[in-house]
Formats: sequence, structure tokens, C-alpha cells
Amino acid sequence: MPKAILYDSTMCIGCKSCEVACAERWHLPYDDKVAAESQLSAHKLTAIQTFGDHYSRRLCMHCAEPTCASVCPVGALRKTSLGPVVYDADKCMGCRYCMMACPFQVPVYEWNKRLPKVRKCDMCYDRQRAGKPTACAEACPTGATTCGDRDALIAEAHRRLAAKPDSYYQRIYGLQVVGGTSVLYLSAVPFEQIGLRTKLPERPLPQLTWRVLEAVPDVVSVGSVLLGGIWWITNRRDEVARAEGGKK
Amino acid sequence: MKGRRLPRVTIWRIIFAVLMAAGAYATYLRVRYGLGGVTNLSDRFPWGIWIGFDILCGVGLAAGGFTLVAVVHIFNIEKYKPILRPAVLTAFLGYLLVVLALMFDLGRPDHIWHPLVMWNPHSVMFEVAWCVTLYTTVLSLEFAPAVFERLGWKKPLDWLKFISVPLMIVGVILSTLHQSSLGSLYLIVPNKLYGLWYTPVLPVFFFLSAICAGLAMTIFESWHSSKAFGRRLELPLAAGLARVLAVLLMTLLFVRFLDLEQRGMLGLLRENRTETWLFALEILLLGVPMVLLFRRRVRWNPAKLYGCAVMVIFGFIANRLNVSVTGMEAGSGTHYVPRWTEVAVTLAIIALGFAIFRVIAQHFPIFEGHVHEEAAAALPAAHEMSGEGVPTGAG
Repeated sequence: MPKAILYDSTMCIGCKSCEVACAERWHLPYDDKVAAESQLSAHKLTAIQTFGDHYSRRLCMHCAEPTCASVCPVGALRKTSLGPVVYDADKCMGCRYCMMACPFQVPVYEWNKRLPKVRKCDMCYDRQRAGKPTACAEACPTGATTCGDRDALIAEAHRRLAAKPDSYYQRIYGLQVVGGTSVLYLSAVPFEQIGLRTKLPERPLPQLTWRVLEAVPDVVSVGSVLLGGIWWITNRRDEVARAEGGKK
Repeated sequence: MKGRRLPRVTIWRIIFAVLMAAGAYATYLRVRYGLGGVTNLSDRFPWGIWIGFDILCGVGLAAGGFTLVAVVHIFNIEKYKPILRPAVLTAFLGYLLVVLALMFDLGRPDHIWHPLVMWNPHSVMFEVAWCVTLYTTVLSLEFAPAVFERLGWKKPLDWLKFISVPLMIVGVILSTLHQSSLGSLYLIVPNKLYGLWYTPVLPVFFFLSAICAGLAMTIFESWHSSKAFGRRLELPLAAGLARVLAVLLMTLLFVRFLDLEQRGMLGLLRENRTETWLFALEILLLGVPMVLLFRRRVRWNPAKLYGCAVMVIFGFIANRLNVSVTGMEAGSGTHYVPRWTEVAVTLAIIALGFAIFRVIAQHFPIFEGHVHEEAAAALPAAHEMSGEGVPTGAG
């Protein structure tokens, strides 16, 4: 059963307990300076953001068909059957195509290290495998961040939308965007007002490049035959011309 | 070089020395402080000019190699043979320099070999990695005869001749694949790349424009080697290439505008934004030489022909930088201007390319006939200028 995270912006009080728990879990330093940063970075893998009266949370979306995993030339990024998209630094060669390609601009880089890695939330893959909730969900005092089976969380989200129709913008973010994500959002206002990307396509992005890559075997086979044929014809023509020229 | 005299000081040598010194210092900083210490790259803008210029332009400008191989050996248009070897050498050096540039750009250059053993066939980058590796091998074999001839090795020469036709076909196919795939890399960012450049047919445009750039580079380098080595420019050949170039440029520009029209993006041209002006610059740098090269008088005038080739090269560079840098800025929500160290590494690599080309051209049978050695020896000018670093185009 694939896992997911549900973030309910209407319940978030901006206490940043999730940030603290996340930093602890990754053994990253966390102080007032880091707390004040609102962007993801190599030392901050989730961030609470403020939009007027509303809060939002940034973290890896763990797409159903992750763009990052599809573009990685060495398969360092991988979608697990459990839901999390995980990263293997031993494979990574640092081309940063995942950072280019991610529609949510989530993966970040250790720019100032001599042996740098890509960094991003891995939805506490090790904890989830052990049946424990993610560190952020465990730390959240209000239940704004919860984790569990994706289907159950979607059902729960629908329940909240129906129970308090006036408090919610009647949509769930993450159901369809780029083919669906394992992080789902609820909000009081339209999603673009809490910084979520609403102009992304609904079909998974990896299809865009796969359409072209699929054609590679055809280019190779048709191309070899075509070029071989052209060579044979032009070469034969020259041979014939030479032979006829020689007779005269 | 010859004898124990100190090399004479020339303006090109000074420029070369300065570029190499700056490049060496930037290299030290890159190794010491990592990417963050020498580039203005950021999490929102992870690819800069090392990818946009060194890789995308470097590979494209080396396309003359496979184009001429196809023309001379597959289409058997023998008259272009005299400029085949310089074109193959340019391509070979170009690819080696691209790999060198990649060593700067990769976060973990020690893992550069990983795509060869850790496969992900869904990744365009994986395909590019394989094609570039294989094609660099093919280029080394295509260039090897020049080395073997110089050394007088008959056996390997016969052996290479035996596999030459399949080798060349493989080379052309590999080139077709990765030249276009460099464009496919950007198919994954429909939400980031500006509408004037993002199109599902990006791979086709990359392929077509690479051939244009390759032909322009071949003309460019014929002109330069004719100056440097005191040879006559193979004007009929250069003019012939120029005619093909004009037709290809027309095709490229026609399909580009057709594509903009089909996608309903022509309206973007009315917007007063940086992107519009850079697009106009790119189109002008390709359109003006196209119009000029359709004139016989321009094609048969070495100076004008050279000017047109330079314009096409710059137009090509403008296109690649537009796709990889300027076209990506708005969508990434940030600005990127390369740091001096990024530019220093790039210029040093270009200068290195010119210098190595020169040294090889002096010592190996690159140009038709065996005049090269006498010519190089007889003309002090040739030696004087060794280490020339013309600061235009890429290696």
C-alpha cells in the first residue's frame, strides 16, 4: 500500500516543529537563522512558508511517476513501492539533471562541498519501512501534517472538505498534478495563493522524453540500412564509372 | 619549439598565456572550494554556461566531423575530401574538450563513468552519455589513420580501412542521436523553458542547427588554417558547403517559424521582454548570413564567406545559450550571470582547443597532400603563431 503525507494548511499554526524534526532526523544543524529561511536548501529539506494569513509547507512531492527518477542517467533516484522517492548518493555523478527537471524545484545541491550530494526529503523511508510515521507527521502538534496510506488520506481529505465546506477551497492538490503525488494539500484559498504550482500539466512529465527515446531503436535500424544503402549505391556508381572509364 | 630558442612573444601567445593562467587559477578554486566557490549556480538554476556553452555549443560546433564523413564517404562526394581530416580533427578535439568541460561541471567527476554501468534507459542524459562515449571512440578511430600514416604503420592502417565503412555509418548514427538528444534534454521542462524555445520538436531543431554550425565551423577553420599555414583556401569547396549551409539555414528558420505559428506562440514576439530581443538576435545572426550566402558573389569572396560563417557560429551559440540560460531564467524564477571563474574555465578550454589543433596540424598529415610539413617548416609565420587562441567559437 503506497504511503502519502497530507498537509492541511488550515490546521497549520506555523510552529515549524516539522522543520525541527526533519533537521534532527537528517542530523542537520537547526537554529533561528535556519528557521528564518523559507526556501529549501542543502541544510533545509522542508520549509514552512507564510502567505498572508496562511501557511504552506514545502517538501519533496514524491510523484507517482517522478521526473527526477526518469531523467537520472544512473538511476540514483528511485520510486519505491512504498511511495517515497529515494536517492542513492553512491551512484550520483552530480549532473544535476534532476534539479533541472523537477517541476517543483525540490532537489537541492551541496554546492560548497568537494564531494557534493543532491539532497531532498525521502519521506523518512527507513522509518516508514519500520511502520513508523514520518518525523514531521510525528512532530506536528495540530495534525496539519499526517501520514498514512494514500487512499485513506484521500478519503480523509474528502471528509474534511465535506464537513467544513466554508473553511476549504474545495480541491485536493496532488491528486492529478503531473500524474499525482504522494504529498497532498488542503487549503482555505486557491492553491496558487499558498505558493503551489497550478499550471503544471496533469500527465506525467517523463512521457515527454520517453516519446523521443522510444524512437532510438528505429533511428538506429532504419538509419543503418539507409546509410548502408546510400553508400552501396554511390560506391557502386563510382566503381562502374571507373570500370567504364578504364575500358575506353 | 624547434631548437633551444625561446619562443617569440606574439600577441596571440600573450592572450593564450593569460587565458591559461586564469583557467588554471579557476581550476584550483574549483577543486578547492567546489562548484559553489566558482560558479553562480544555485538550487533554482543548476545548469550554467559550462553546460550551455561548453557542452551544448561544443558538441554542436563539432558536428562538421560527422557531416563531412557522411558527405565524403557515404554519399561518396569525393571532392570534399581535402577538408575532411581537419573537420574530423575538429570534432575529435571538440569531444575531448567537452569531456574535459564535463569534469568541471559534474559535482562528482570521479563518477563520470557511472552511466556506462548503471543504466537508466528512460533518461535522455543516459543516452547522451553513451552516444558521446561511443562517438568519441569512433572519432579517435576515424582520426587514427593520420597518426598511423605519420608513424608509417601499415598493418593498423589496412585494418582500419577494412572496418571504415561500418565505422562511419555508426558514427553518423551516433551523432544524429546525441545531437538531437541534447535538445530532448529540454523536453522535460515545459514549465520552465520560455515559449519561444520550448517545442516538442526541439530535438529536430538541435539536429538541423548542429549541421549548420558544423558546416560553418568547417568553413571557419579552413579559412583560419589557410591563414596560419600559408595555404590557399579551398574556395570552391568552402563555397560549395556555403551553398548547402544557406539551404539548411532557410529550412531551419522556416520550420522554426512554422512551429511558433502552429503552437500559437508568435504573439510572444510582440512582448517587450529580454527574451524577445535575444530571440531576434538569434534569428538575425542566422537569417542575415542565410540571405547573403544565397549570393554567389558572397560565397566566392573569402572575407565575406568567413564573415557569414562567423555569424552562423554566433547565431548557433545564441540559440544554445537562449535555450539553456536566458530562456530558463523566467521559468526558474531567478537570474543567472556566470561568475568570472566560469568564463575563465570556458575561455581556457577554447584556447586549449585552438592550440592543440595547431600543434597537431603542424605535425600530422591533416591537410591534403604532404605540403603541410614543408609549408609549416618553410613558413616561420606558422611556428611563430603556434599557441594561437582566436577568441571566437569553440574547439
